[in-house]
Formats: sequence, structure tokens, C-alpha cells
Amino acid sequence: MGLEEKLPSGFLLTTVEQAAGWVRKSSVFPATFGLACCAIEMMTTGAGRYDLARFGMEVFRGSPRQADLMIVAGRVSQKMAPVLRQVYDQMPNPKWVISMGVCASSGGMFNNYAIVQGVDHVVPVDIYLPGCPPRPEMLMDSILKLHQKIQSSKLGVNAEEAAREAEEAALKALPTIELKGLLR
Amino acid sequence: MTTQSASARETTEGTVYTVTGGDWDEVVEAAAKADDERLVVNMGPQHPSTHGVLRLILEIDGETVTEARCGIGYLHTGIEKNLEFRTWTQGTTFVTRMDYLTPFFNETAYCLAVEKLLGIEDQVPDRASIIRVMLMELNRLSSHLVAIATGGMELGATTIMIYGFRDRELILDLYELITGLRMNHAYIRPGGLAQDLPPGAVDQVREFVKTMRKNLPQYDKLATGNPIFKARMQDVGYLDLAGCMALGATGPILRSAGLPHDLRKAQPYCGYESYDFEIPTSDTCDSYGRFLIRLEEMRQSLNIVEQCLDRLEPGPVMVADKKIAWPAQLALGPDGLGNSLDHIKKIMGTSMEALIHHFKLVTEGFRVPAGQAYAAVESPKGELGAHVVSDGGTRPFRVHFRDPSFTNLQSMAAMCEGGQVADVIVAVASIDPVMGGVDR
Amino acid sequence: MSERDEQNKPNPEQDLNAQNLPGQRGEQGEEIRVQRGMFGANNGGDTTGYGGLVRSVRLPGAASRPYGGWFDEVADELEGALEEQDLLPENAIEKTVVDRGEITFHIAREHLLRVARTLRDDPALRFELCTGVSGVHYPADKGRELHAVYHLRSITHNRLIRLEVSAPDDDPHVPSLVSVYPTNDWHERETYDFFGLIFDGHPALTRIMMPDDWQGFPQRKDYPLGGIAVEYKGAQIPAPDQRRSYS
Repeated sequence: MGLEEKLPSGFLLTTVEQAAGWVRKSSVFPATFGLACCAIEMMTTGAGRYDLARFGMEVFRGSPRQADLMIVAGRVSQKMAPVLRQVYDQMPNPKWVISMGVCASSGGMFNNYAIVQGVDHVVPVDIYLPGCPPRPEMLMDSILKLHQKIQSSKLGVNAEEAAREAEEAALKALPTIELKGLLR
Repeated sequence: MTTQSASARETTEGTVYTVTGGDWDEVVEAAAKADDERLVVNMGPQHPSTHGVLRLILEIDGETVTEARCGIGYLHTGIEKNLEFRTWTQGTTFVTRMDYLTPFFNETAYCLAVEKLLGIEDQVPDRASIIRVMLMELNRLSSHLVAIATGGMELGATTIMIYGFRDRELILDLYELITGLRMNHAYIRPGGLAQDLPPGAVDQVREFVKTMRKNLPQYDKLATGNPIFKARMQDVGYLDLAGCMALGATGPILRSAGLPHDLRKAQPYCGYESYDFEIPTSDTCDSYGRFLIRLEEMRQSLNIVEQCLDRLEPGPVMVADKKIAWPAQLALGPDGLGNSLDHIKKIMGTSMEALIHHFKLVTEGFRVPAGQAYAAVESPKGELGAHVVSDGGTRPFRVHFRDPSFTNLQSMAAMCEGGQVADVIVAVASIDPVMGGVDR
Repeated sequence: MSERDEQNKPNPEQDLNAQNLPGQRGEQGEEIRVQRGMFGANNGGDTTGYGGLVRSVRLPGAASRPYGGWFDEVADELEGALEEQDLLPENAIEKTVVDRGEITFHIAREHLLRVARTLRDDPALRFELCTGVSGVHYPADKGRELHAVYHLRSITHNRLIRLEVSAPDDDPHVPSLVSVYPTNDWHERETYDFFGLIFDGHPALTRIMMPDDWQGFPQRKDYPLGGIAVEYKGAQIPAPDQRRSYS
């Protein structure tokens, strides 16, 4: 992206990482991507009582070009999926996705012809937030967890290394059908 | 077919068209020939306005909208189809998620239709009906608050949005106390309610009515006389009575055209005929009139809520017929709301028949005689109708919701064409469509 | 057709027995389902001993006069108004069903437009508000599988009636009511989208909910729910329409 991508791995890069992470997490600009019931809870989170402004992110951007967080709030229909992907593609890097609510995460109770069974079929998801709809407190918790993730995100060669490791781990991971244990 | 903008080539998968934009010179030439500033603008489906995934296709000439069309379906959830694979009682869990700002209205419309099919309208206990009315009126308040709050936000007035959501939170607290959930309650069930009011609910609702009486005039102070607000809303989104009837618009839109049509008065349900309230109307046919009607309806709703509280008397909240009423002895345990320990002790320890009955009723559900019924309630947005068909089975054969948002949104074109681009948002906000209801 | 006509004819004997009670509900409506067994589950053995039961489920059939309340008034006015237009009421109104306090006129589809216009314009009827179309798919109702159901509300007289029109699956055409009730524009598009019922005369009958390139009509009974099985820790829970059912 910039000069930091060219830095050699080491003390300098990790320092820059920390500084960049701190700056990035302190001012995340979410895109308004309200779809259904969860969108109302998302608006509530931004309004008076829950006051998302405390975390430096009360400004929901109408334009994806000015946003770096997409909160997919609600069920994603087959008709909406291409639009969603286009909005995601229009967001500049670095960008994150919170899949808010069970419908966005897995299709939820709407296991049918119309709904995409999980928004991770369309875009990569950083945080899955359960609930139908999740309470504003839960949304804020997921946002704080995302802040931690942003804080510890890597840059340059470290980012490449992290991506490689993540991919290896994903390839080795058991599919859910082969997981064993109690169903709980 | 091959044109300049879409070349075709044959592949093993069939014809593949490569669609590209037209030649720029051609576009410029055509625009010069047309000799106007006609533009087609797409708003949405993702857009800064708060009415969800609505797509507006506007043809504008300068600042004037010459044609306006809606693209909907971006939130189509297939709820009506899903209902056909669940029992009658589970249906409430689905319908409550249709128009997510008016969950109690959806549940009531559905339950009234199912009760009509079962022929048990008269057996629903009074207490259940009163609580239904109370929740519906609270819901009218919360829905109108969102309508006013987001409507204000779309005008650029964030303060009124903060006000609206502040008061809505108070109502959501009541919902949470009564039903356990802030949204999507599934509290109203065929035959009555899922459970009785918890202790302390009546006092808290009374307290809320007092607070809300104090808060409501703030909206008047902030908005009603506000010259900017008036300038943006007066004579915008004009739709007269003939237009309303032709387009099937109901609710505040119809009442802003001067017709005091309200199903609560015209075709009372849940005992509305015995409540004392008024139907506010206006003859301005515009967004401002609709705003005033919403404000006044909130005041009337507070009156109805108070009357409900005065009438509440101890009693059952579910029909006596154990073939329909779920064994809903619920209690709050360490892991959340669930069956009460007493009930579990009874069905697991002492009565095998009760266990069989519980199991059959919960997994299989009750049967509803074949036929069809239509039940309509006056939701904050207009006539919300549920057309329910049964084939005599334990699941609905077909459920169709006539959602007022869906029908009212059709009038968008009539309201916007000929007006300014900036007024489109005001007009749509005054319709107050909720896409969950429009697309279902 | 002829067999069903036989069933739907007024039956003097039965009507006499019922002593012409107001709002008499007919018992011989269309057969919409045949239930086998007691509990609807058809996989697994007959553990209950009731597996041999065969029972046909019928919708409420045609009612006989008097219908009760204002139903007769509306029916009389409608029949009179149709006669004035040289249209035999028997040809236009296939049958009238009174059930659960609601009146349903089954209209022959070729006369739907005329009937709707009469219902809207006749001062004694004045059903000025149409609350839209609801499609219903009855695969077992042979020859009239697709039904379009209209609810008409008269604000003037404070009444609500239902019109029902049917079309066979192999000729899914029904006249559009947009010219009478413009509000039906989107409702008819929705019904077309979900049931494939083609409304002749609609200004722009296109898909409204589903994407434009969608195949099939998702809310018909022969269209699967389209759910997927949920897999977790070695267990698999089938989609709701694939599970054992009891209805």
C-alpha cells in the first residue's frame, strides 16, 4: 500500500504495525449496510443510549469509498448478494466485515430458496456475531473485539506471513461434519 | 444479436455476450441532440437513507424528477414459503420478522386469522386481548417514533433522530420486560399469549406513560413549528384521496387526505370498539400532515395504553382448550427462560399422559380445519392483512401477508414525479416503508 | 369438470335437512388433499395400526341461500347489476361460499374484469379498495390448480368480500385488474413472480421480488423450499421440507 509494505521484518516493522493498528482501530468508519431487523439495532447502537461515538465510530458513511468496516446487518437475499459484493469491492483496503446476526452468519431460521446461507459465501468475514437480533451491547462487544484484531493486524512481509499461516491452518481444519464431540 | 456495446461469441457453454459501455462520442452526440439535462439516477439499494434496501430509479431533468420507479425485492426472505413447513404456533416466530418495526401487529394479524380458522375468536380470554391491544399500541408508538426519527435524519436533522431513539429505548425496555426480547418477540400465539405479564410490568408501563407524556411535547417544540421542517415537508409528497383509493394506500397516508378510515373503528378486533380514542386526520395530503397525524396518533395510543392498564384483571391469557394451548408454564432459570421445573417434574415424574400431550402438541402441533380466512389489523402503516389457508393439517397451507408498506410504496411514483430530487427522500420517509414488510 | 359441477349443484335434500340456516356452510368443496394414516408421517412402518385410513380433505363448499347478514344484499346487488349488463350471474359467479363469517365469490376468469368493475362502480356495492392479490396453489384441485384471491373492502358500506379466480396449471392466465384497481400493479407482479400466474393486460408483468433471471416460481407447491442440511459435529439436520412431517 505504502512505504510500510517495503519495510524489512523486524523491530521497525512491528513498531509501525502497532502505531498503524492503534490509529486504525481508533477511528473505524462503518458503511451503512443495514438490511433487516439488525439494522434497527445497529441504528440504536449509534443513537443516544448506547452511543457508539465513545469508540470513535458514530459516523456511518453512506459511500463505501469512505468506509473501512462493513457491518452486514440482516439477512442477505440472493438478489442482494451481488450488490453486497460490489459494495465490498468498492471499499478501500484495509477493510473488515462484521456479520451481524444469525441470518448474515449462517442463514439462520430462513433456510430457504431466497436467502444466502451465510454472508461468508460472498465476502470474507472477520467477526461473526450471533443473536436474532443481537443486542446493542453485543454489537459493541464485537466491535471491541474487532478493534483488538485491528490493533494486532500485520503489515508488509508480516502480513504475507500471517496470511500464509492462516491459509495453512484453514486447510488443516476439520470440516464441521467431521468434528466430534457432544452436540452443544 | 451483436451490437456495438454487446459483442457475442460462441463457446461450448453457449453464446457469451461481452457487454461494454457504448462509445463515448455516441453518448455525447445523443445527449447534445436530446437538448436537455435528462439523467437516470439510481439510488440504492445500499444508500444512506434508513429505509433499508430500497432501490429508487429516478429520471431527472435538472433538479426535477420526471419519472420515479422503485426496485424492490432485495430483502425477499421467503417467509411465506417457510411458514408452510412449520406448525401453526411456530408461524408467529416467522411473521414477527416480516415488518420488524411492527412485530406485534404481524403476530396479531396472523393469530386472528388462525383463530378465525379454528373458530375460537370468542374463546380468547379478555386479559389476552387487553394485553394484545396494549402491546400493539406501544408498538404503534415505537414504530411512529422510528418513522419520525429516521424521517428527521433523512432531512439532515440528527437531533430528532436521537430523541426518537431515546424514547423508543424506553418502549423496548418494556418489551424486554414483558416478552423477554427487544425485537422479534413471537409473544402473541394462536389462542392467546405465550405467557402472562411478569410482576411489576403494569407499574413500569404506567411509569412509561407518564414519562412519554412529558417527552411527546418535545417533538412539537423541536419540529412542529420549525420553519425549516415545515418548508421541507409542506406540500411535498402530495397524494389526494382519489389517488389513495386507486393506489390502495391506507394508514397515515389515507388519513392525511382527510378520510378517517381506521380499522380499529371500522372493523374492530381485539375489543377495540370498547376503547375511547380518536382518529386524527388532516386535509393537507402532504408529508407534514402525515407527520402531524403520527404525532397525534402517539398521544391517542398513550390514552389507549392507560385504558388497557385500568382494565387488566387477573385471569388466563390462553384459551382453555388444551388441544391448542401450549403447556406454557415458563419460568426463569439460570440458563434463561424455559419450562418451569414444576412442569418438568409433572410430565417427567407423575403423568405420562401429560408428557405425551406436551410432546405431541409441541412437535406435531394442532390441526386446523380446512378453509381460508382473512384478518386485518390497523398497523401504524395501514391495513395489515393476513390471508391464511389451511388444508386441515398441522401446518399452514399458504399464508400471505398484505403488507401496508408494500402497497403504500407504490404511491412513491405519484408523490415524487414532478417534484424536486431532494423531495423524493421526504416523500419516501412520509410513506414510512419498512423493507422487511415490503419484501417479506 | 362435470363431476365437480355435480357436487357443487344445490342439493335440495341436504338444504332441507339443514333447514336453510343462515350462512349455511357447504360440505362438498374441492378436494385439496388426501390424507393417509392418522398422523401424516409416511416413512417408517405402520406402528399405530391407523396406517390404512384414507380421508379426503375438502374446502368448504358452495353455500345456499340465504347467506345471512349483508351477504344476501351484496349477492343480490351483484347479480342484479350483472343482469343489467346482459351477463347471466350463473355464468360469471361459479359459486358462492360462506364460511367463518366471510363470503367468497368464485368468479369465472373470463368475467373477472366485468365483475370487479361492477363491484367498484355500483353505488350499492362500492368496493373501492382492493387489498391485493394472494396466489394459492392447490396441486390436487385438478384443472383449477392456481387460485388468485382478491379481498375487496368497501369503506362506504364497511364490508369486506373475497373474490376467487382459478386457472389450470397448463393455461395459467387470469385477466389483470390493474385497469380497475391500480393498486394491484405490484400485487399481480408479486403473484406472477411466486406462482407463474400470468395476468393478461398488466402493463408490465415482470418479476418483482426474485432476481430477473430466476428460474421457476418459488412459492408453488411443486417448488422445493430450497433449504440446505445443517451439518455440525457429525450430525446432520435436514432442511425443514426434508424432515419427517406430521401433517
